[in-house]
Amino acid sequence: MNMMSATDCLLQMCDEQFDLEDYQSGVPRWCTGCGDNAILTAVQRLCRDEGLRPEKTVFVSGIGCSSRFPHYMKTYGFHGIHGRALPVAEGVKMSRPDLNVFVNTGDGDCCSIGAAHWIHALRYNMNITVFLHDNQIYGLTKKQASPTSPIGTKSNTTPRGSYLEALNPLTVTLGVQNVSFVAQVVDWVPEVLFDVVKAAFHHRGLSFVRIVQRCPEWLPKSLDPWLHDPQRLLFLNHEKGLQASEGLSRLYKNQIIHDPSDLSRARDIASSIDPIPVGILYRNPEVPCYEDLRNSGMLRTTAMAKSGLNAEFDKFTVWPEAEQAQAA
Amino acid sequence: MTSTLQKSAAKAPRQARKATSPTSDTTPGTAPVITLKEHIVEIISDSGEGAQKCGQSLGSIAAQMGNGIWTTEIIPAEIRPPARSVAGASGNRIRIGAGQVTNGGDETDMVVAFNEQVLLGRVRDKALKPGCTIMLESMWRFHKDDKIVASYLETYQRLVDAGYKVYEIPMEEECRKLVADARRGKNMFALGMLCHIYSLDLNLGVAQIAKTFGKKDQSVIDSNVMLLEAGHKWAAANLDFKYCIPGVRSTVPQIVVDGNTAIALGVLASGMEICAMYPITPATSVSHYLSDAFEKVGGIVHQAEDEIAACAFAIGASYAGKCSVTVTSGPGYSLKQEGIGLAVMGEIPLVVVNVQRGGPSTGQPTKVEQGDLMTAIFGSHGDAPKVVMAPSTIEDCFYSIITARKIAETFNMVVVVLSDAGLATSQNPFPRPVFKESWLAPPIDQSPIPEGGKPYDWDPTTGLARRFIPGQPGGMHTLTGLTHDRDSHVAYDAEINEQTLHSRSLKLAALQKTLKAPPVFGDAEGDLLIIGWGSTKGAIEESVEALRAEGKKVSSMHLRFLNPMPPGIKEVMQRFKKVMTIEGNWSDRPDDSIIDESNRRYSALAMLLRSRYLVDVDCWSEVKGQEIKPGTMRRVIDEKLKQLKH
Ligand SMILES: Cc1ncc(C[n+]2csc(CCOP(=O)(O)OP(=O)(O)O)c2C)c(N)n1
Ligand code: SF4
Ligand SMILES: [Mg+2]
Repeated sequence: MNMMSATDCLLQMCDEQFDLEDYQSGVPRWCTGCGDNAILTAVQRLCRDEGLRPEKTVFVSGIGCSSRFPHYMKTYGFHGIHGRALPVAEGVKMSRPDLNVFVNTGDGDCCSIGAAHWIHALRYNMNITVFLHDNQIYGLTKKQASPTSPIGTKSNTTPRGSYLEALNPLTVTLGVQNVSFVAQVVDWVPEVLFDVVKAAFHHRGLSFVRIVQRCPEWLPKSLDPWLHDPQRLLFLNHEKGLQASEGLSRLYKNQIIHDPSDLSRARDIASSIDPIPVGILYRNPEVPCYEDLRNSGMLRTTAMAKSGLNAEFDKFTVWPEAEQAQAA
Repeated sequence: MTSTLQKSAAKAPRQARKATSPTSDTTPGTAPVITLKEHIVEIISDSGEGAQKCGQSLGSIAAQMGNGIWTTEIIPAEIRPPARSVAGASGNRIRIGAGQVTNGGDETDMVVAFNEQVLLGRVRDKALKPGCTIMLESMWRFHKDDKIVASYLETYQRLVDAGYKVYEIPMEEECRKLVADARRGKNMFALGMLCHIYSLDLNLGVAQIAKTFGKKDQSVIDSNVMLLEAGHKWAAANLDFKYCIPGVRSTVPQIVVDGNTAIALGVLASGMEICAMYPITPATSVSHYLSDAFEKVGGIVHQAEDEIAACAFAIGASYAGKCSVTVTSGPGYSLKQEGIGLAVMGEIPLVVVNVQRGGPSTGQPTKVEQGDLMTAIFGSHGDAPKVVMAPSTIEDCFYSIITARKIAETFNMVVVVLSDAGLATSQNPFPRPVFKESWLAPPIDQSPIPEGGKPYDWDPTTGLARRFIPGQPGGMHTLTGLTHDRDSHVAYDAEINEQTLHSRSLKLAALQKTLKAPPVFGDAEGDLLIIGWGSTKGAIEESVEALRAEGKKVSSMHLRFLNPMPPGIKEVMQRFKKVMTIEGNWSDRPDDSIIDESNRRYSALAMLLRSRYLVDVDCWSEVKGQEIKPGTMRRVIDEKLKQLKH
């Protein structure tokens, strides 16, 4: 085998171009028309456009239909246990800040069983991109109400309609100290979906994207009113955020200017359920990342481990008399 | 009522200040030195009065004199129990020996108490030997609160009547001659007294103070030294007894730490870089110490939002890099179960330390129990094979973590290390470890995976597969907690399911083949073999040794690996007429009227040995929240031996 010089190697790395196929793995097993397919397409495109090295990229998920996502990416993936995607991803990022870390989580996964981790992940603000696939139902376990199911949702556990007002993931996230990026998008407008995913990836800190996702299997018509009436999406435009393209603007006329650095206005907008706000609600690049606060940046060497350990031993050591005399 | 009490209090001062023993004819100051083989002394106070510091310092000084020591913390269950309360005793108990000391020993020989109430608590716990010497702070006799005076006098009388040798010591009064805040300096006065009583080198006491208060003002050191010297002088002038426990100074440096610090040092030495935890007694002090020391060598202690997150965080960190550790105790260990199963399924190396406490539920947070062995081996649903080991000494706490990390990374397994509240807070010197590069984890493998490499390419004999780590080109796959094939693809196939269970199970067998048979303490054959695990080792061996000295045919064996169990155990058991475990967990008492062979629940290790080796292993256990005393074990073993004779 020929040895490549370091320069050749670097050049080759720079030259390397990735195609969509480089990120595609297997045939997704989601139902036809499932919003997860659209999210997968947008994310694969992001990886290609950004040239993310597949071996340096990890998708971490919990359990649910949406948590199958990593299996369809030809990157590293971690399909863990229900509700715990965020702490797993935090561990990955802490030990390997060099990796691109993404999280795919469902509304049950994130807002119910994993709710504690969700709040704390926002607070840690590690540089991770989180996609909440919010289909407002438990998909994988066959139609039970989720915390984000609109009140009155008929499901297998709520045959006469769900009893409680839905939890609003946006207002929850925007209420947490240290939140640094919150966006919302719907799965059926691919262009905006991609733009939001891209903006989220480029934010340094925990980017939280709630994706309103269709589940044609269990809630076939529930999002139709929004799907069929462009006026029921509220586009958030700003020079510091996203700007709806001309083409989009022709169809989606309901637009406002919103400065994503304005937290209290973001909270106002977040509370709107109809129309569905679409775009970046909040962004604050100044919030420190936990991994930066914790990683000393020290390169651990054997010599360091040895001297560190010996310094600790010194604190607790009872020396024999001779050596004590020597030390004195 | 009040007036009588005042009268009796008023009568007392002369007598109390002299502190002579009620029974002694010796003149204070000229007491002959009595040589002892060992002595157990405790110093107790309300929390915050410094008895702990006094006890630790005494242990450290004795260790430097070449004595064997075992220091046990006496911890109140509450952070700030009310002053002068029976349940509020806080302090230290030190067993000082001429030779090596391997456990806390039996009842206490001498106690220094800052008030009579904390002392009562110890009497109720049956912690004191009959006739034990008590050095009691006498200030309460003259307290302005009549109720306190009455309580003091009553207790004093009861103790004297019960046959304890009570010396009343005016500690506070003597200290007040030297410093303004006598309440806080008293512990150093007591330390000085104890240095005199045990003929310890006072210079070592001075050095100890300098070390303890090193970061503080010179004036703090000076006043503490003054109190130390005053205590020493006072004891010499007023006490009618003096002991000497001759020590043999070791020729190699020793370190004196408690089990939790030893675990933390083990984490440093193992090369692990991330420890994720959530605070829980009695495991927390591992992370306290580690939080300070770890960062200096580039490690991180992450305090997660709960134990589930701590476990998941450690798993994520292990998956992407070097093996990580999570440290907890009973309730937290229960919460980690699903995560542990995921690590087993994904074959992610992970070290889980469980510093056991009393259970179930919140149980007894500060108390000693060995109740988690079954949970450790069989915990998490489905067949989830993991390695379980239990350190048996403070020294072993250190080395076990290094071994655990190595096994975890070699076999891509979860290794559970079971310590307990006893080891956690006890101190016992051991030879200062000499750093070895081989302790450290190797660098993270980032080499490309050869074409066709599979993330779970299980070896048909050992079940082992090379772990693919993010960053390795060509190794991309999605790890999943679902049943998966060699490519890590989700598998619904029954054959594959069985194959994967097979492979994961084989790894335990592969590890077992590398283990050595545990040594037998005593003769290799005889009437009775005692088997133990974890922190009971020192006490078991001490009691076995004592009985062997009487000619009894008893030996013992201690297991460090509980899962898998090392080879050769059955062969050892077969050379004895009877086998019995001694454990700190529940077992049904055979003499209970409704207990018989068809329903008796055995202690954990006994149950495991019975089922694995088809040997009729008996058990004896105690769950009193403290280490089982060697004296108790001796009686139990002797009783068993007698039964065998019939
Ligand atoms: C501890 C645990 N409890 C329950 C389940 C069963 N379970 C699997 S997925 C799921 C809910 C999935 O809903 P969601 O997170 O919204 O994902 P979706 O399928 O809708 O994408 C549940 C309850 C589980 N796997 N683990
Ligand atoms: S059940 Fe719903 S969420 Fe799950 S794959 Fe089908 S459409 Fe998608
Ligand atoms: Mg859902």
